[in-house]
Amino acid sequence: MATEALPQLKAKDFASDQEIRWCPGCGDYAILAQVKKVMPELGIPREKMVFVSGIGCSSRFPYYMNTYGFHTIHGRAPAVATGVKVANPELTVFVVTGDGDGLSIGGNHLIHAIRRNLDVNILLFNNRIYGLTKGQYSPTSEHGKKTKSTPMGSVDNPLHPLSIAIGAEASFVARTIDRNVQHMADMLRRAAAHKGTAFIEIYQNCNIFNDGAFLYSTEKDQKDDTTLYLEHGKPMIFGKERNKGIRLNGLNPEIVTLGEGGIKEDDLLFHDEQLAEPSLAYMLSRMRYPEFPEPMGVLRCVDQPKFDEEMTNQVKEAKAKRGEGKIADILNEGDTWDVAG
Amino acid sequence: MTMPQGVQERTTVTIRFAGDSGDGMQLTGTQFTRTSAIFGNDISTFPDFPAEIRAPAGTLAGVSGFQVHFGSEELHTPGDEVDTLVAFNPAALKTNVDDVRDGGMVIVNEDSFGTTDLKKAHYDANPLEDGSLDKFRLIKVPATKLTQEALKDSPLGNRDKDRCKNFFALGLISWLYGRPLHAVEEWIDQKFGKNPDVANANRTVLHAGHAYGETCEFFEHTYHVSKAKLPPGRYRRISGNEATAIGFIVAGKLAGKDVFYGSYPITPASDVLHVLSRYKHFDVKTFQAEDEIAAVCSSIGASFAGDLGITGTSGPGLALKGEALGLAVMTELPLVVLNVQRGGPSTGLPTKTEQADLFQAMYGRNGECPMVVIAANSPADCFDTAVEACRIAMQHMVPVNLLTDGYIANGQEPWAIPDADKMAPIVVKHPGPVKASGGNGNGNGDVDPPLFKAYLRDDRLVRPWALPGTEGLQHRIGGLEKADVTGNVNYEPENHEHMIATRQKKVDLIAQHIPEQTVMGPDEGDLLVVGWGGTAGALRTAVERVQKQGKSVAHCHIRYLNPFPRNLGDVLKRYKKVLVAELNCGQLRFILRGKFLIDAYGVNKVQGKPFLVSELENKINELLSN
Ligand SMILES: Cc1ncc(C[n+]2csc(CCOP(=O)(O)OP(=O)(O)O)c2C)c(N)n1
Ligand code: SF4
Ligand SMILES: [Mg+2]
Repeated sequence: MATEALPQLKAKDFASDQEIRWCPGCGDYAILAQVKKVMPELGIPREKMVFVSGIGCSSRFPYYMNTYGFHTIHGRAPAVATGVKVANPELTVFVVTGDGDGLSIGGNHLIHAIRRNLDVNILLFNNRIYGLTKGQYSPTSEHGKKTKSTPMGSVDNPLHPLSIAIGAEASFVARTIDRNVQHMADMLRRAAAHKGTAFIEIYQNCNIFNDGAFLYSTEKDQKDDTTLYLEHGKPMIFGKERNKGIRLNGLNPEIVTLGEGGIKEDDLLFHDEQLAEPSLAYMLSRMRYPEFPEPMGVLRCVDQPKFDEEMTNQVKEAKAKRGEGKIADILNEGDTWDVAG
Repeated sequence: MTMPQGVQERTTVTIRFAGDSGDGMQLTGTQFTRTSAIFGNDISTFPDFPAEIRAPAGTLAGVSGFQVHFGSEELHTPGDEVDTLVAFNPAALKTNVDDVRDGGMVIVNEDSFGTTDLKKAHYDANPLEDGSLDKFRLIKVPATKLTQEALKDSPLGNRDKDRCKNFFALGLISWLYGRPLHAVEEWIDQKFGKNPDVANANRTVLHAGHAYGETCEFFEHTYHVSKAKLPPGRYRRISGNEATAIGFIVAGKLAGKDVFYGSYPITPASDVLHVLSRYKHFDVKTFQAEDEIAAVCSSIGASFAGDLGITGTSGPGLALKGEALGLAVMTELPLVVLNVQRGGPSTGLPTKTEQADLFQAMYGRNGECPMVVIAANSPADCFDTAVEACRIAMQHMVPVNLLTDGYIANGQEPWAIPDADKMAPIVVKHPGPVKASGGNGNGNGDVDPPLFKAYLRDDRLVRPWALPGTEGLQHRIGGLEKADVTGNVNYEPENHEHMIATRQKKVDLIAQHIPEQTVMGPDEGDLLVVGWGGTAGALRTAVERVQKQGKSVAHCHIRYLNPFPRNLGDVLKRYKKVLVAELNCGQLRFILRGKFLIDAYGVNKVQGKPFLVSELENKINELLSN
């Protein structure tokens, strides 16, 4: 991306004039703050950025950014973003969606945008609840979840966003959490640097309808044991004492303790986000609390053909082969005949 | 010019080719039409095929037909009655013979009238022998045998040889109507050039059919249909779907815009996607979306980012697009929504025509959600109407519903090719950049330019089409109610009412930028026959016939359905009676009655078929006589 002699922008330059209407204490604030902080680092002028969202608390996001923005309809942001990016591939496009928006009503569009590897960044704010409609269970709510619409507990099996993304052959998949702002900023940078669909699941606390859904992964005394921060090329080690690791046992991951029974770092799984084969990433996406520490970071980052680029190339190729189309040519194609006056 | 012996002159002829879906009837009909058009006749066609790709062979459900009307005078319909029916099997005979005029010719492939064939078509007795076809001139041709015989030296297998028999019929009919074969031969070479055995076989059979006509002595004479006296100019044969696609492409070029076409395959609209996808060198981007919702949403996104966003579908798809159309109305972005109507409701009659989506186009969205609606009235007219839909969408920043239907989408007619140099450009404006010198945009900043007003309107109430990428114009749009001028989210009661009224007025004002309604016939009188869309040809023909009988009747065909032309109310009130003809149960009639408080009669048909001229003529005469 071209960085002309731009005046150095700051986070506040990315703030719009609109009053923010999320509940005080909502995790969305932290995400907005990190996005505003990271955007100036990208060296992309504000007018070249477009934030596209669906409907939900999370989807109000574009109103608060001093960029171009489109708050569309429920679930359809990836589809709208497809048109935006194809119409003008020079734009940097972010899609902001929720767990309901992206995985319930808009699940179809999400998987298709991902499998096409459209060059956009998709931020899925997962609060495991429908916030805007005041607290029904969502497709990521855990089985048995008691909500307004499931007083006896939900009998639905939850979806796991990262597994869905990897199943759709995503070229970049990461997870982060609203409470770890450093890490979130890193993930945003990584996503922005990636060409093709970059999918980030962001654990987001809805303090009104699902407060503490992710406490297990943020509380000081717990988080080191419940999360696994991935680093490319490094062994998968976690735990307060940094003495626990993930080892492969047959086709399944297992938790082992370093030093116990002679287990060394070399026996552990080493993270490789660049594997062409997505099985490792998929396996990681299935590691869930409380059985496993939940992976944070980049699960997968590979280079694949990009939809918008290929579409643009086809237009170029057609022009190179057949010349720039002229109105008179298309009108006069096929069998023509003249009627004399 | 003296006619050779045994040649009779005809002004118009209607031929229908009918056979099994696998018999190649569409191809035969298309090639005969093509030859006639190149020869210089006026033409109008009506392909009629089943929804199933290949229903069991020989069954009534599997019959596919192609009707062509050609003549030496101007034609506006594919013909009410069939002069010559070519029936390839008993099922085709059974389903089509009732449309043949008394004394008309019925040519059958007698080789396909065995006991099982007859049974599949539910015939108890062989109609070729029981006298039931006595009122027609029945001509029995052993087309299967003759085809095999003609190909006895061909290396093709028997099945492949058999597949050539439609060229036998084409050769025979070409002989009967004095059509040269070279245009078909050229086409065969082009189509099968890579497969010389197939090309040779088809060519051989074509000539065999032609020679058979000359030698068989069934026919007392051949027929001649002179060139039509069409207005001078260059012509080509075109179907409605092709014309629509070309219209979109040309509109893009006239506006200097890339065309983005988002669509999900659906009969009878898919051909528009197919045609457009072949013209990428015209800056056309086609997107086969995962569903109709994605198709319309991607087109809206493309328009937001500066392309000419178009989405195309048929009725069931339009139903899915409803919510997104509301978004396009709310965000006031240009968008063209093509609906190639078919028989409904639900999956309905996928391959048959109907005009029953007018209410859906007008009202099929939540809230007060006015949309421009315009309709094409013939295959060639789809071009002009498509260009017009794009012009209105871009110049007025509105979504436009463009209605065509299966009948004109698949039907063909000659198109007087417009002069590219004389087409008016579509002037589209985008606000230019406003320099920022950095700093914040949150209102207290001193260095940013003033905030861009995304909903500041001009005298036509049109808001600026500000494109992402333009410095200083960053703004946010969406489906929540907007404050006028700023475009910020606003829930105030008065603002909401004001915005609803403004969106309506903006559509209403378009009436100042479209032509007035014209009529064919007297400016006032006893009866005005009103129609819209693909019924134009039949209505015009019927009204002309009644006019020739000296009666006071005029034809008014409405292209602009929302807003109506500004003089339409006056026009309607100048006739004693108004008759609204539609292939639905009276949707336009309902709207006209509500809007103009006029009484209106209806002539309506919902059989998946176009109007016959005779049905309209009868209804007109009935109304005039009491
Ligand atoms: C077509 C449609 N159906 C339903 C709704 C109501 N609705 C708005 S947001 C929402 C769920 C949002 O949940 P999520 O995507 O998780 O967003 P959150 O509010 O939790 O951020 C629903 C059901 C709607 N706006 N549109
Ligand atoms: S309801 Fe929940 S998600 Fe929505 S703004 Fe409030 S805290 Fe945030
Ligand atoms: Mg949610």
